[in-house]
Amino acid sequence: MLDQDVIRSTLQSALRSGGDFAEVFVEDRRNSSALLDDGKVEELTSGRDRGAGIRVVRGDTTGFAHTADLSPEGLRAAAEAAGAAARGGGGGVRSVELSQVVAPSPVVVKLDPSAVAKARKVELLTRADQAARAAGGAIRQVSARYGDSRRRILVANSDGALATDDQTRTLFSVSCVAVGDTGMQTGRESVGHTIGFELFDLVSVEELADRAARRALTKLDAVPAPSGAMPVVVGPGGGGVLFHEACGHGLEADLVAKSASVFAGRTGQQVASPLVTLIDDGSMAGEWGCFAIDDEGRPGRRNVLIQDGVLTDYMWDLLRARKEGRESSGNGRRQSYRHLPMVRLTNTYIGEGADDPADSVASTDRGVYVAQLGGGQVNTATGDFVFGMTEAYLIENGRITAPIREGNLIGNGPEVLTRIDALGTDFAMGSPGTCGKDGQGVPVGDGTPTLRVTSLTVGGTAA
Amino acid sequence: MADLDDIAARVVSWARDGEQVEAVVVRSRETEIRAYDGEIEQLSSAESLGVGIRVISGSRQGFAYAGTLDEAVLAETMADARDNAAFGTVDEHLGLAEPDGVAPVALDLYHPGVEALPLEAKMALAIELERAVRAGDPRIIGVESADYADGVTEAAIATTTGIRASSREASSFLVVYSLAEQDGEVQTGFGFSVGRDPATLDPGRAAADAVERAVRLLGARKPPTGRITVVLDPMVTAELLGVIGETLSGEMVLKGRSLFADRLGEQVASPLLTLVDDPTDPAAFSATAIDGEGIATRRNELIADGRLEMFVHNAYTARRMGTVTTGSAVRGYSSTPGVGVQALALRPGTQSREQLIASIDDGVLVQGVSGLHSGVNPVSGDFSTGADGLRIRNGALAEPVREFTIASTLQRMLQDVVAVGDDLEWLPMNAAGVTLVVADVTMSGE
Repeated sequence: MLDQDVIRSTLQSALRSGGDFAEVFVEDRRNSSALLDDGKVEELTSGRDRGAGIRVVRGDTTGFAHTADLSPEGLRAAAEAAGAAARGGGGGVRSVELSQVVAPSPVVVKLDPSAVAKARKVELLTRADQAARAAGGAIRQVSARYGDSRRRILVANSDGALATDDQTRTLFSVSCVAVGDTGMQTGRESVGHTIGFELFDLVSVEELADRAARRALTKLDAVPAPSGAMPVVVGPGGGGVLFHEACGHGLEADLVAKSASVFAGRTGQQVASPLVTLIDDGSMAGEWGCFAIDDEGRPGRRNVLIQDGVLTDYMWDLLRARKEGRESSGNGRRQSYRHLPMVRLTNTYIGEGADDPADSVASTDRGVYVAQLGGGQVNTATGDFVFGMTEAYLIENGRITAPIREGNLIGNGPEVLTRIDALGTDFAMGSPGTCGKDGQGVPVGDGTPTLRVTSLTVGGTAA
Repeated sequence: MADLDDIAARVVSWARDGEQVEAVVVRSRETEIRAYDGEIEQLSSAESLGVGIRVISGSRQGFAYAGTLDEAVLAETMADARDNAAFGTVDEHLGLAEPDGVAPVALDLYHPGVEALPLEAKMALAIELERAVRAGDPRIIGVESADYADGVTEAAIATTTGIRASSREASSFLVVYSLAEQDGEVQTGFGFSVGRDPATLDPGRAAADAVERAVRLLGARKPPTGRITVVLDPMVTAELLGVIGETLSGEMVLKGRSLFADRLGEQVASPLLTLVDDPTDPAAFSATAIDGEGIATRRNELIADGRLEMFVHNAYTARRMGTVTTGSAVRGYSSTPGVGVQALALRPGTQSREQLIASIDDGVLVQGVSGLHSGVNPVSGDFSTGADGLRIRNGALAEPVREFTIASTLQRMLQDVVAVGDDLEWLPMNAAGVTLVVADVTMSGE
């Protein structure tokens, strides 16, 4: 993407005014998407974005600048701006020897989406529309979205690392509105992987659309959700969002370093039920949050965060790792070349347990079964977190009964982790997500088997 | 800015016979500074460019965008948009906005202060913000972040239908997230200050808010479950208004996704509620004289004394529904224009926040909410969010509470409003805040 001489001279420009560390991040991104709504293919969109972000670290200060001008002059100007922002003294010429980071991509893209005719992408949308509407006359509205992106990145830094990656992601989602006597209900399904157009050899858009439609139809019979603390069983896949919020963010080293995490200072301690082994794995082939290298040039890897309930380690980016004199765990990510990297989750999951999922429900007298989760939010400093239920049911006398209306559940991370008393044998990854932190969104994956929390507060309106 | 006008006009001049072309060109310069431990932790300063091109041809629409104004890329982007148009569904209502004779109001949203203030002074503001928080209370143990940020954004839009419009605005703000600790328990609070001129920013007030919000939650417990009257902090009200605004979008109505689609002229809210979307109000943080299609914005009264008066529209939704645009096209350069409210505000009441609290025997002051995106469904109307705040007992603020939810439906909440405060305040979002009292909300805790 850039000549090595240009990279070297850009790093030298960045360090000219003094600085302990400099980095060039180059990104070339192409997006394409197509949207069907209200029975019409509203538009196809093509997007292109290319540029470089340059940072210079001096002591505890990071200077950053970005540019869409990748000429040697444009890069030098950005490098000098970043260097000035880091406010160096001293200065001088430092030569940088670059060596390639070996990081084989966990993914082989079989069908580059940019080589696929646009008409084939549009056809997926109309097939999904028809399948959703065929699910029932009460389905009154359908929207379907196809999206692909190819993101080529290059990272080089003054430690001599030079790394590249070529990331292709493909996504498809369907949202439906059903109308009945009780008003309108919605149902959504999405699938996304870090692979090419071969995604559609693996999943049927008709099945996806049918599931979304049935979810909306089922909710037409929904009763108000209960309120108060009770046992909650979360179905396979969906529970990943719970862990992402309950403890994922709290294990990010930047928040830990500022005492903005309830998990600060707790490594080596029992922080969760002994059933819980929590893993974050950026190298998980094909998953939504996977990559060969993170956005600081470190290979993606599998990190065990909690082992049998004991907190083993946090997640690290380069900056926080340098301060502690250790290695980055490959969790340095950024939304684009216009953003500074920080510690981020990748694909976060709890492995398979030993419990029969049916028993988790059968042994619950009164509670809630959450079949699909819809995102969440956490205050890492207090540990309080919420997550939404977009398909959920009452559990009465050990049986799943009436569907319930949407709402949030609320809990406290450290408390909820100790209250997990069953982990099923039915592990699944959940839906592709976009995780937000400090204004930046990055793709993440998560997964769990069926699990039960002995007590969570359900935020409904019924007594 | 003239150069942006020229670029937009040049792209439009590439239109072929039978094509409608719209070009949106944006340039922004932004500075972000984060202070920590008395030092500058991060400083970022850069210019961003972008162009979005929409082509309508044969009643079909295509779109493309790029993050540069490089001449060769402009031509490629135009070609992409043109090619994409071949795959859209034929829709006779598609078409760019037409000039409607309404002159944009004169809004001065630019202030030279953002560009004139030296970087050292901006860094000093961030450092002072953090210092003031740390010094604000012995229970403050630090900050999660203390930021100064500013930006100048210029935009130009041109169309083959004869629209030529441009805008320039400046903004600056301080925002801080504080950490307070007592007996091993941590609570957080935030504070901010916003202004078009950074000289008007008030780090002292932002810091004091962040300190008070964190410290007063120390010792908070989970409350019992039950029906209760809630007093929404102005920030929470503004977030709620944002959700209500979604349901009043002409696009939601047109596509059968609005709760209020069939209720024009009906009493959908308490008579205390008058809701206006007025981006021409210069006090609004999100004020703008032109909308995302280059049409003059205007004052739209959406709900009057509880009665639903109108929905907001862009050119397309207006055409399909047989009405006229309300100047409510919203977009960035990377998307086609949607429809949305831009500067929502409730008509303020006559009682102060203190008077309102004094009138409540048993209630909760909701200081913050979480999970608006995950537990609120603007289509079904279900409303459930995480919350924290202070109990109200016998007309006075009492013990702090946390880790509970408040739930109702949007339809009911609008009807259950029992008072609007007099403390209207524009916030850094697309709505103004005001203290709002809502009865009969479910508080879910123990």
